Amino acid sequence: MADFRPRIVGFACNWCCYAGADLAGTSRMKYPSNLRLIRVMCSGRIEPAFVLKAFREGADGVFIGGCHPGDCHYVSGNFKALRRIGLLKGLLAGLGIEPERLELQWVSASEGQRFADAVTAFTERVTALGPLRFKAPAVESEHLPA
Amino acid sequence: MSQTPRIGVYVCHCGTNIAQTVDVKAVAEYAATLPNVVVARDYLYMCSDPGQNLIKQDIKEQRLTRVVVAACSPRMHEPTFRGAVFGAGMNPYLFEMCNIREQCSWVHPDKDEGTAKAKDLIRSAAARASLLEELKERYADVTKAVMVIGGGIAGIQAALDVAEAGYKVYLVERDASIGGHMAQLDKTFPTLDCSACILTPRMVDVSRHPNIELLTLTEPEEVSGSVGNFKVKLRQRARFVDLKECTACGDCVKVCPQMHADEFNLGLSTRRAIFQPFPQAVPACFVLNQADCLGRLPRACEKCREACEKKCINYDDEDRDIEVEVGAIVVATGMDVFDPARSPEFGYGRHVDVITSLEFERLVSAGGPTGGKIVRLSDGKPPRDVVFIHCVGSRDKAIGNEYCSRVCCMFIIKQAHLVKDKLPGCNVTSYYMDIRAYGKGFEEFYDRVRSEGVLFKRGKPSEVFRKKDRLVVRVEDTLLGRIIEHETDLVVLGVGLEPSAGQKELAQKLKLSLSSDRFLLEAHPKLRPVETNAEGVFLAGCCQGPKDIPDTVAQAKGAAGSAIALLNKGKVRIEPIVAEVTEEACSGCHVCESLCPYSALVFDTARGVMTVNQALCKGCGVCPSACPSGAIVMRHFTTRQVEAQLDALLEKKGSGVDTEPGTRTPEPVSSEA
Repeated sequence: MADFRPRIVGFACNWCCYAGADLAGTSRMKYPSNLRLIRVMCSGRIEPAFVLKAFREGADGVFIGGCHPGDCHYVSGNFKALRRIGLLKGLLAGLGIEPERLELQWVSASEGQRFADAVTAFTERVTALGPLRFKAPAVESEHLPA
Repeated sequence: MSQTPRIGVYVCHCGTNIAQTVDVKAVAEYAATLPNVVVARDYLYMCSDPGQNLIKQDIKEQRLTRVVVAACSPRMHEPTFRGAVFGAGMNPYLFEMCNIREQCSWVHPDKDEGTAKAKDLIRSAAARASLLEELKERYADVTKAVMVIGGGIAGIQAALDVAEAGYKVYLVERDASIGGHMAQLDKTFPTLDCSACILTPRMVDVSRHPNIELLTLTEPEEVSGSVGNFKVKLRQRARFVDLKECTACGDCVKVCPQMHADEFNLGLSTRRAIFQPFPQAVPACFVLNQADCLGRLPRACEKCREACEKKCINYDDEDRDIEVEVGAIVVATGMDVFDPARSPEFGYGRHVDVITSLEFERLVSAGGPTGGKIVRLSDGKPPRDVVFIHCVGSRDKAIGNEYCSRVCCMFIIKQAHLVKDKLPGCNVTSYYMDIRAYGKGFEEFYDRVRSEGVLFKRGKPSEVFRKKDRLVVRVEDTLLGRIIEHETDLVVLGVGLEPSAGQKELAQKLKLSLSSDRFLLEAHPKLRPVETNAEGVFLAGCCQGPKDIPDTVAQAKGAAGSAIALLNKGKVRIEPIVAEVTEEACSGCHVCESLCPYSALVFDTARGVMTVNQALCKGCGVCPSACPSGAIVMRHFTTRQVEAQLDALLEKKGSGVDTEPGTRTPEPVSSEA
């Protein structure tokens, strides 16, 4: 298990978390390289189906970063993300995926360190959980519409 | 999609910024193998002219229909490359930026890992690029007016500059007069200019300028719209005195029986319930503080109204809502000084002879409560020994202010000079951590004040306590390694600067971000110091971080210049990244309607479908993510585009994560799931 390197995809809102990730880079902070980030304008854009798809396609963890409550560039998109992620975690548990594999973090544009710390901690957590034991084809044929 | 996309991928070395930890050549070679990629190149600086020309040339010669640049963050150079592809005749929204610097080479020191991640990111970007669609930019007229929030020196300067350029300015100030903290200062460092003498002419200019509408006692309630066309709802508190009629004769003050601590003098003197904040206040008009007045509910006293010959006083005055439309907003909300009661070791609030540097400014000012005499507040006698303490509320993690407030070293040096100037026999000692005399003429001034006999000792006092009628400052002189118990008469705390009260709430209304020090965040710390992430909103002065008067004025002029440039252009681009309803798929369920924070979704009752008002839509993408029938398309972030990125990222082959990094041979795989 020591050699296990999880595959983690992430979604970051353009205004806060993505900018925070950029600041972590500008400040030359170091964090594990497992995360691959996809930029969206707002965490409210993230469809729950994106997360499910990521797990189905082989992600071991999904990281979502938005603005702090009250700071959303689009007023309340982050609250919508919060509600969706909450529901989604319950759904994941029902599907046999540990809800801890899905992480929602608030990172502001000035919190490079917070971003680096959050990614490091999440990568460590997913590494400890091990590879996602989720037989995609079997579930697809039995429970998911084609 | 009749034609297969022809993608060009350009991998930037960024000097060694990327090339140091990412094998750029290998990444470019790998990119060439990806689906739809017809050309992949690497170059030292893609953003340079030759780099951009490389792209333009390929667009023409290789008939490219998509361009991917793998370089820095899109927040940095996306506009540059959009401009470049547009210059070669391509729709700018067919360009995709891949961030392999901030989110790859700069954070992952291992070259194999960095290279593997860069390949993944480019594969994802190319998959997305294949699905990008042309978007048409639209333009809107700019409202030719600017709102400046905050009437300190920053706001005053910005308002004057914009007004001089010929545009209407709404200068919004929370207090009854403009002037801000600079009006409270006595002298300015290092030139010892009289603060009021240089400020008040500008204040008068504001009041007289035909293009400036001054709104005092006013605060923004709600801000809507976007760059070029903001709508701002303001709330103006009742003044109870007719602004136009009042001549500031002062007859009302003479008869007012109600006393209150004077805010301008920081409670070192008193004022009446009806008052002028300070003699040079602009507008030159009195104001009635309804909490102190006996004239309202129930009306027990009408003395001031009877005394006012011009009948300016109206006890029934009410708060007003004002709505203005502006093209740009300058935020100049300034700062507050640190409240030293939060650092109880210095005894502020327990010992009356421990005062803040701002209180000292009022004491030493000729217009202040003592007429400029430096005295102890306990007995009114001039001190024979004064101690200044640096870095109170600055550079102190314990109270949460890690930053240097930048002005305290110099104002303490200036105040030490003023003590020596007014009380030549008085001992003056300054306890500092480091002296930061970085500005023009600062070091010279520091030298001068030292030669005047002010002692500078290195050490941060740990305690201030009373000994009979004197104070004792306990401190370790860290240069001599000795504990000193310094008996003194007056202790002045060099308090640091903090964001002004209410700034956070204002930031939320304007969609501005805060830095980790709680000041407002600029768009780029080096190159865009007055812009913010909210387009059309500019920063001036201490709201962005502690700074002295010259820096504040310089930034205010910068903010004004940026606002003027925006207004001069006359038109703003409307972001075409908006939502759109596919009517055939819409069932008219209304789920999206209540989710939109901008009320941009309007139900078409005739056709039974939802429509998007594109002028109101800001493109957050909340509605398409909620649409149960997938009828809403989020332009530039369509479900297909995001899913293609996910598919590409999670392709088993070529991913550097689940196998030993750097050992697998990537193969071109179709990006279709």
